Amino acid sequence: MLEVNDLEVRYGAIRAVRGVSLKADTGELVAILGANGAGKSSTLMCIAGALKAAGGSIRLDGQDVTSANPEKMVRAGVATVPETRDVFPDLTVTENLTLGSYTRRSDRAGVTEDRERMLALFPRLAERAAQPAGTLSGGEQQMLVIARAMMSRPKVLLLDEPSLGLAPVIVDQIFEMIRTLKQSGLTIVLVEQNARKALSVADRAYVMRLGKIAASGTAAEIGAATDLSALYLGG
Amino acid sequence: MTFTVQFLIDVLSLGGAYALMALGLVIVYGILKLVNFAYGELIMVAGYAMFLMGGSGLPWLVMAGVAVIMAVIAGIATDYVAFRPVRAKSVTAVLITSFAFSTLLQNAALLFISPRPRPVPLPDIFSQTVTIFGAITPVRNLITIVAAIVLLALFAWLMRRTVLGIAMRAAATNFTMARMLGVPANLIITSAFAISGFLAGVVGLLWIGRIGTVVPGIGLEPLLVAFIATVIGGMRSMTGAVIGGFLLALIDTTLNYTLSQELLKFRDAFTFSLVILILLWRPDGLIKGPASGQRT
Ligand SMILES: Nc1ncnc2c1ncn2[C@@H]1O[C@H](COP(=O)(O)OP(=O)(O)OP(=O)(O)O)[C@@H](O)[C@H]1O
Ligand SMILES: [Mg+2]
Repeated sequence: MLEVNDLEVRYGAIRAVRGVSLKADTGELVAILGANGAGKSSTLMCIAGALKAAGGSIRLDGQDVTSANPEKMVRAGVATVPETRDVFPDLTVTENLTLGSYTRRSDRAGVTEDRERMLALFPRLAERAAQPAGTLSGGEQQMLVIARAMMSRPKVLLLDEPSLGLAPVIVDQIFEMIRTLKQSGLTIVLVEQNARKALSVADRAYVMRLGKIAASGTAAEIGAATDLSALYLGG
Repeated sequence: MTFTVQFLIDVLSLGGAYALMALGLVIVYGILKLVNFAYGELIMVAGYAMFLMGGSGLPWLVMAGVAVIMAVIAGIATDYVAFRPVRAKSVTAVLITSFAFSTLLQNAALLFISPRPRPVPLPDIFSQTVTIFGAITPVRNLITIVAAIVLLALFAWLMRRTVLGIAMRAAATNFTMARMLGVPANLIITSAFAISGFLAGVVGLLWIGRIGTVVPGIGLEPLLVAFIATVIGGMRSMTGAVIGGFLLALIDTTLNYTLSQELLKFRDAFTFSLVILILLWRPDGLIKGPASGQRT
């Protein structure tokens, strides 16, 4: 489904990602773990088309999509939830969801149906449908951005630290939802600091360190690795 | 009563024109975080389009329609000529290119038409007056009010009810995120310039209708008015731009009514002093608008 080869991302002289290769098969949930500044978000944003690749390639279903622009990636079936949790604060919850379905806006019936489904899945959002998204709590905003990403009916979902700054109860809810999404057959790339949580839902995992892949394997292998904390904290 | 009605109509008609001018400027600013200094020339384009069609014998409404379309085309051209090639570069680069495009259009008018005022065809109704509660009112003021109400309502509908409008509001707060939902950047930017041109075109007709002639420098005052109105209202908010337009008209009209003949020459000095006071009180303008960060 998604195949990244030898990817490089630079910010001026800073080499944030240095030759990262990873892949996610159809229906697979792949976690990317690593300390702060390891280059996880840069990798994800580059796949999403929001950052240009300085080298390497990204393939989706065998098609080369390296350095495609973000709107093209969405049309190709890749939806992204960035770690900055970007709701449009002055737009209502409903309007935020409407934008999520921008690429299939002509399919009005389907969009309405999906919106109803998302609101049924997140009753807290349904209660606040007409409220500006900026007034939602952090957890509600996270639910909204995930729901919004799902409105494009993606094949691949890129999730960047969905648990960031949320209370444990909310984190559990979010992970429950990620599990549900995975069961529906969606391919998911999940970036997380919360390794234990991430490994509990992931099929496979990569550990990043200083812009490179330091370890990879099944979730069980990575979870059992004795040097996990060393890799992880070694930043 | 007569006085009140007259004052109200004056404020509303001037304010309606100011609000539309400000809206045309702020729609592009909101998305690109850049002031389009060639905005006034869109009004000039509409004016000269009317002048050139003057002898054609076409019905006035057809000429007006063509003039507005010319302003829309000029608006889109501004994007392609002045903004798109340097958009990814620095703010300064775009400032210079939009100034340059403005000068280019003005000089084209000087060279190919004339530096002197040129008459613009106007329908008879523009010079008629009616009496409302004893106040003798030019019909064109009423037309301006109606046009402003209709366009503001249309604009509000476009921004709130259509997917394109919602996408434009989203792009104004976070362009990258909007793109990551599949909203094409170029479509949004081109639409903003087209709407800006449309508003400039309609305002141009109403504005030039007050004087009856067009000169190459006609756009300067509308640009200034639009800029001041948006600064008062808050650069980030479309509601703010509209409120700023009406407030500026209220200040101008009040000064017109109260200042003596000698002092009236200094009206702009009084206006600007008030604007400075407002900005000292609220440096970000009256309406905060959505938090928005980076330039795109
Ligand atoms: N806009 C930027 N300009 C310059 N350097 C940047 C920028 N964004 C990220 N970096 C640098 O790139 C490196 C990788 O950052 P990135 O955000 O990808 O890490 P991360 O693994 O997502 O970290 P975190 O877990 O803290 O989110 C860091 O050294 C960071 O300082
Ligand atoms: Mg990150």
